[in-house]
Amino acid sequence: MKKGMTWLAAMAFCVTLTAPALAAESLKIGVQGAHSGDLASYGVPSLNAAKLVVDEANAKGGVLGQKVEVIAQDDQCKPEMATNAATKLISDKVAVVIGPICSGPTKAALPLFQEANLISVSPTATTPGLTEDGKNPLFFRTVANDNAQARLTSDFMLNKLKAKKIAYLHDNGDYGKGFADNNRVLMEKGGAETVLFEAVTPDAVDFSAVVRKLRRAKPDIVVFGGYQPVASKLIQQMRRDRLTTPFIGPDGVKDETFLKMTGKDSEGVYASYPKDTSTLPEYKKAREAHVKAYGSEPGFGYYNAYAAAQCLLAAIEKTGGTDTAKLKEALRANPVETPLGKLSFNEKGDAAGMALSIYQVKNGKFVELDHSITLQ
Amino acid sequence: MDIQFFIELFFGGLTRGSIYALIALGYTLVYGIIELINFAHGEIYMLGAFTALLVAGVLGVYGFPVGGILIVAALAAVIWCAAYGYTLEKVAYKPLRGAPRLSPLISAIGMSIFLQNYVLLAQTSDFVPFPRLLPEMEFLEYVNYVMGPSDFLILLVSTLAMVSLSLFIRYTRMGKAMRATAQNRKMALLLGINADRIISLTFIIGSGLAALGGVLIASHMGQVNFGIGFLAGLKAFTAAVLGGIGSIPGAMVGGLVLGLAESFTTGYFSGNYEDILAFGILILILIFRPDGILGKAKVQKV
Repeated sequence: MKKGMTWLAAMAFCVTLTAPALAAESLKIGVQGAHSGDLASYGVPSLNAAKLVVDEANAKGGVLGQKVEVIAQDDQCKPEMATNAATKLISDKVAVVIGPICSGPTKAALPLFQEANLISVSPTATTPGLTEDGKNPLFFRTVANDNAQARLTSDFMLNKLKAKKIAYLHDNGDYGKGFADNNRVLMEKGGAETVLFEAVTPDAVDFSAVVRKLRRAKPDIVVFGGYQPVASKLIQQMRRDRLTTPFIGPDGVKDETFLKMTGKDSEGVYASYPKDTSTLPEYKKAREAHVKAYGSEPGFGYYNAYAAAQCLLAAIEKTGGTDTAKLKEALRANPVETPLGKLSFNEKGDAAGMALSIYQVKNGKFVELDHSITLQ
Repeated sequence: MDIQFFIELFFGGLTRGSIYALIALGYTLVYGIIELINFAHGEIYMLGAFTALLVAGVLGVYGFPVGGILIVAALAAVIWCAAYGYTLEKVAYKPLRGAPRLSPLISAIGMSIFLQNYVLLAQTSDFVPFPRLLPEMEFLEYVNYVMGPSDFLILLVSTLAMVSLSLFIRYTRMGKAMRATAQNRKMALLLGINADRIISLTFIIGSGLAALGGVLIASHMGQVNFGIGFLAGLKAFTAAVLGGIGSIPGAMVGGLVLGLAESFTTGYFSGNYEDILAFGILILILIFRPDGILGKAKVQKV
């Protein structure tokens, strides 16, 4: 790890040194994200992905005859550092940006990219507002936004489970409450009754009051919005109090730690998560490239960033240049084969063509069920 | 049905309340003797949970019986945390005994942050599963909806701990010395009571109780994290103030009242208001009855 970081730092140093010399002929791709600090594990895989896609393009003679070059800027997933990183990328005259990684920094950096008329594609920022309010017409992402999950889970509950009485619990955070709210809207539209809608205090010493309320409300299913730690406490307490109601959550629940924490209690729990695409040839290619270059399995967001880099390079190739307006059209109009499926982007900038599936815990493992939606 | 629901919430509140009470006792004991709010107390609770986790892990490897592991782990946690409490007092508060009141308070907050980060670095920032150490209790089967094995254990252990503490304070020489020091430290010193020892003892007892609370809650909730002490500590502090800080029965009553209030609020209104209620009570008590339910109004020494 340490060696890797030193190597990264050395790379970054060389890039900065050589950048002016190559400026005339190379095509620069900015990569912004957490490359150091606490959240480096969220950002470094994306940087690796960008480098590997660029290496592959360069091995084939570059894009439009130009060598492609990666310019990395570290924002540590901190909004206050994100504006600096974005400014540096802009002054380095990058053609397009992959990133930022986290939603907060993305929100902070987008106005700068917008002003510089620069396209950015985030591989991992999922906050719905980034694309939904139409303020960021040059922003794209190769990850499903949080609202998409509720479309899948509500469809699953209404049509597959035929659930009629629903209880919603959430952790009062943006992500968790958003998931519960969105499900509630869609479920009520589908005719399901809301029997409980309630927040739990994540750090409370005991959830028994909420669990007892659940038992009293007699729901067909519990929709939980939030992350794994609260979900595991809740499900343990429910099962201990002999409450066997089914339980469904967002991707924050589909996590190895959740299984480890809950043991047998999590059996049967549903969660939404991107569809398993590991059989696609592009996926295999991306994985092999990473294993070959770094000797390990790819980390968080790697395939999303790989897809982002592929889409961007394809769009540049297609339009024969880096004109922002043309690139924007090309990203929307031309689906590209990526590790996540055949991707293009919709009007808002969200990825179209990726799929989300319902997973269920069976024998202590999350297993993909045959119920998915493809994002449009 | 409604009576049933009421009883369920009542026992849920008791469980939660007795944990608050166990931790609140530590705040109140220390405050009673040296008038310091020991903000690192919540962290001792967290350390208790972690110690039990480590000990249980080791014993588990050697194949001890489940119930035995819990007892040994709890004892180890209590002893280990009592040592922490003792050291904490010697390192962070004793050198500041003559200093203005704000200094030890800031030192306490510093210790709290230090202990959290120490566990974060030495252990992990993740949530860690706490092994299930409770045997199924058959006789609870018919009150199953009202209370499970861990609720039963929490009620039993905390009641025992509180009763023995009360007896200790009331009937032993050490207890008498503690009461004397709490009433008037200077006078106690003049009568030959070693106040330093009494203060150490207070920290040892308080930390032991907090560690016990930590073990109980960890086995109840099934997971441990370096940050669990913060909110639990604040709630227990609220309970101590509610009951009357410095008063031992006050801490118990305060803990139970707070636990019941939270449980009923969540049950009959909404879980969204659990924390608002707790800290709303704290503010109201501080404004209208700063001496709490059982505290005696003190004559200001001028």
